[in-house]
Amino acid sequence: MTFEKFLFYVFAAVLVFAATMVITRRNPVHSALFLVLAFFSSAGIWLLAEAEFLAIVLVLVYVGAVMVLFLFVVMMLDVDVATMRAGFMRNLPVGLLILFVLVLEMFIVVGPGIFGLDMIPAPAPQPADYNNTAVLGSVLYTVYMYPFEIAAVILLVAIVAAIGLTMRKRPETKSQNQSAQVQVRSEDRVRVVKMASEQKMEIKR
Amino acid sequence: MIALSDYLILAAVLFSLSIAGIFINRKNLIILLMCVELMLLAVNINFIAFSHFLGDTAGQVFVFFILTVAAAEAAIGLAILMVLFRNRRTINVEDLDTLKG
Amino acid sequence: MENIYLLIVLSPLVGAIIAGFWGGQIGRVGAHWVTSAGVGIAAVLSLFVLYGFISGDNQVFNGSVYTWMVSDGLKMEVGFLVDHLTAVMISVVSFVSFCIHIYTIGYMADDEHNWPQESLAGKNSYQRFFSYISLFTFSMLMLVMSNNFLQLFFGWEAVGLVSYLLIGFWSVRPTAILANMKAFLVNRVGDFGFILGIAAVVMYTNSLDYAEVFKAVPGLADTQIQIFGDTNWSLMSVIGILLFVGAMGKSAQVPLHVWLPDSMEGPTPISALIHAATMVTAGVFMVARMSPIYELSETALSFILVIGATTAMFTGLIGIVQNDIKRVVAYSTLSQLGYMMVALGASAYAAGIFHLMTHAFFKALLFLAAGSVIIGMHHKQDIRDMGGIRKYMPKTYWTALLGSLALIGFPGFSGFFSKDAIIEAVHHSTIAGSDYAYAMVLAGVFVTALYSFRMFFLVFHGEGPRDEHAREHLHESPKVVTIPLVLLAIPSVCIGYFTVDAMLFGDWFAGALHVLPQHDTLGELGKSVHGANSMLGHVFLSPPFYLAMAGLFVAWFIYMKQPSLAEKIKGLFAPIYTLLDKKYFFDEIYQAVFAGGSRGIGSFFWNKGDRKLIDEIIINGSANNVGRFAGLVRNIQTGYLFHYAFAMILGLLFLLTWFVIF
Repeated sequence: MTFEKFLFYVFAAVLVFAATMVITRRNPVHSALFLVLAFFSSAGIWLLAEAEFLAIVLVLVYVGAVMVLFLFVVMMLDVDVATMRAGFMRNLPVGLLILFVLVLEMFIVVGPGIFGLDMIPAPAPQPADYNNTAVLGSVLYTVYMYPFEIAAVILLVAIVAAIGLTMRKRPETKSQNQSAQVQVRSEDRVRVVKMASEQKMEIKR
Repeated sequence: MIALSDYLILAAVLFSLSIAGIFINRKNLIILLMCVELMLLAVNINFIAFSHFLGDTAGQVFVFFILTVAAAEAAIGLAILMVLFRNRRTINVEDLDTLKG
Repeated sequence: MENIYLLIVLSPLVGAIIAGFWGGQIGRVGAHWVTSAGVGIAAVLSLFVLYGFISGDNQVFNGSVYTWMVSDGLKMEVGFLVDHLTAVMISVVSFVSFCIHIYTIGYMADDEHNWPQESLAGKNSYQRFFSYISLFTFSMLMLVMSNNFLQLFFGWEAVGLVSYLLIGFWSVRPTAILANMKAFLVNRVGDFGFILGIAAVVMYTNSLDYAEVFKAVPGLADTQIQIFGDTNWSLMSVIGILLFVGAMGKSAQVPLHVWLPDSMEGPTPISALIHAATMVTAGVFMVARMSPIYELSETALSFILVIGATTAMFTGLIGIVQNDIKRVVAYSTLSQLGYMMVALGASAYAAGIFHLMTHAFFKALLFLAAGSVIIGMHHKQDIRDMGGIRKYMPKTYWTALLGSLALIGFPGFSGFFSKDAIIEAVHHSTIAGSDYAYAMVLAGVFVTALYSFRMFFLVFHGEGPRDEHAREHLHESPKVVTIPLVLLAIPSVCIGYFTVDAMLFGDWFAGALHVLPQHDTLGELGKSVHGANSMLGHVFLSPPFYLAMAGLFVAWFIYMKQPSLAEKIKGLFAPIYTLLDKKYFFDEIYQAVFAGGSRGIGSFFWNKGDRKLIDEIIINGSANNVGRFAGLVRNIQTGYLFHYAFAMILGLLFLLTWFVIF
């Protein structure tokens, strides 16, 4: 067993363990944290597969942004964990059954008989000056230019949608009405009142 | 050497775990979203593995896009979750049966 | 000559169009002048054509003037076939029509009284009437001058249309509207057969042209066709009987005769022109024209013979009990049409056409005389209210007498020659049904005399009208009425004597009518009788004369000598009287069977088919089923996210399993 293989098994074991924890923990915060662990270990596996850029992106984007968002939401919401857990034990046998059937079937489909080393030999390791980021970038900015831009737009839409969905007007919040401010005219602010001129009061002494 | 089937089986186990997770945690919307993230991760592992073994960068580009979409999905999903909770004071899936015909 | 033929046809049409579309502008006088002039031109030219044939200057003309369309080799044309038969027909049609035009000027003079005040339909009704009768003349001329089946059918339907318009001319009277509807519907039955016959002709000869069809039919004489199942039918019999069904409708033969008596709801001039003299004889003309086809089928001839004989006898019987002056004449017309059909069935086509011609004159005369009486009686038509009119209307009286004598076949009058020829021809006929027909037409002579003179005596003789008011205003009709009476009385009396030699025993119709040697009843007759004088010589040896005299005597005895006897006889034969008075219950049977039957079928389809099947089962049923199915399916839609997810996973499992196994 090579060192690489050893690393792979370590990461794989951690990943499976973390994933199991994610789906079985009572507290959603724990689940989220185990999810972070799962992402970390899969980033390790990606490194083994020579996908360095994506491994880093996974850690930065997922662990750094998405998972924080998850934690944020979980902590914000006042979730009644007890009712959520109701039926957990009842569903467990079915879940396990499905789990095993799926794993078994997928093992048959993607197992060593079809995708083993005999069938698809491991590629030669990349040379030392190989730059995964540069390779990916050169493809992304040429061949996949338009999909890349569309992805950018999707992210923008996601931002707008997320803000649009969650933003709400609180009655106590004070805000400007720019449109009304710009359109204002002098007549609205100053009222000229016409009235008879003052009579000089003669004071008789 | 690590075989392609190792990656694929790992991904399959991960995928099955997330499906089982959807089953056994079927009431908690947040866990469900996490399971979806796990599922996407399993798919990504497959892409990376194939990209590595077939020497084709396109697989990694795909993972890149999936990450993008997953991020967008997570953001919007959580936003919807927020709105939902704000309106119904619950994220219990069993309370959400407005779709019932 | 072609231009003359065109002029004959088109001048009545022009008159009809002018009077019809610009009736308001040209006024009443303009309308009757323009239409009378149009028909007058046609009459003069027709007589000129007839004279041309008599003198031998004219040749038979057969040509098309306009090709409407050609479809797959089938030519549809407007064309004229003018031979001796056509010459006779156009002369009769246009001459009678001309007389009727003049007569109408008098008859319709006070037509505005027949309409309610401010009635829109009554506006310019006088002009409209003239337009219609001119249009009728045009249609009838097109019919008789046609050289192909399509134009024949056009004329056939056009006269039917005008007949419909004219029966319902007084459209504010419900009875008139019902009568014209009845006429139209009954004629549709006949026309259905007629057009099927034409279709059969086209199918087997691939031509509409008379000449081509007649050339082709001898080759088809033995053709057998299968219509229903495996039964073989003779093609010629099928065509002949189908065409004759059309003639039964148009010429009012039993059992399609029911419309003709009701058509008397129309103004009297058209009763005379259309429903006595010309249109109803179209069937007779058509069968005569188709003689090359009919000669090939004895079945069809027998059919015609039996139907004609039945009509001749039994409708005459109804005439005895009718009290409406026009209806008596109408039933007389039915009976005489039966005689014509009998002649055709006996292959004595010439005799049929000959009787058609003489009948046109004397029946038009009788109708116009009846109309004249009706004018005098201020549109009262019940003969029981009349009587003694002889004193007040001498011209009408004498012309009616001449017409009645011609009708009963008094020796020397035109009706004598034609009717006698028919009876003798039937006597010589040997085809199936000829014995029955002979008995019927002989009995018919007695009946004809009886009803004719019953009416004559009741109207003109005896006590004066009971109504004081009517008697005061009773006077002879104006000249426009009496002149046509005289004009028609002349041929009624003498045309038979002058033409019988040429038409029956000569070769006048040699080229137009086709008779096989074994059917040549007139030829047989010609061996023993040699012309008009010879016929007159045989008068006292033949039964018809004695039968006619007997009828006349019985009428005189019952209605003049012993008026109380009529009531006694009526009481004695009450069931028979009821049967005749109800016209053998034809109307009631049709009403119950056809009208009631169609209503029954209609309401069945409405209730069971439309409302039950379509509305309830198909439309509402499918909607209900969709609802019921949706109600079942909606149970699947729990609305819970995990159920949908579960379904997805099950699907995934299934697909994966499938993938693994196969």
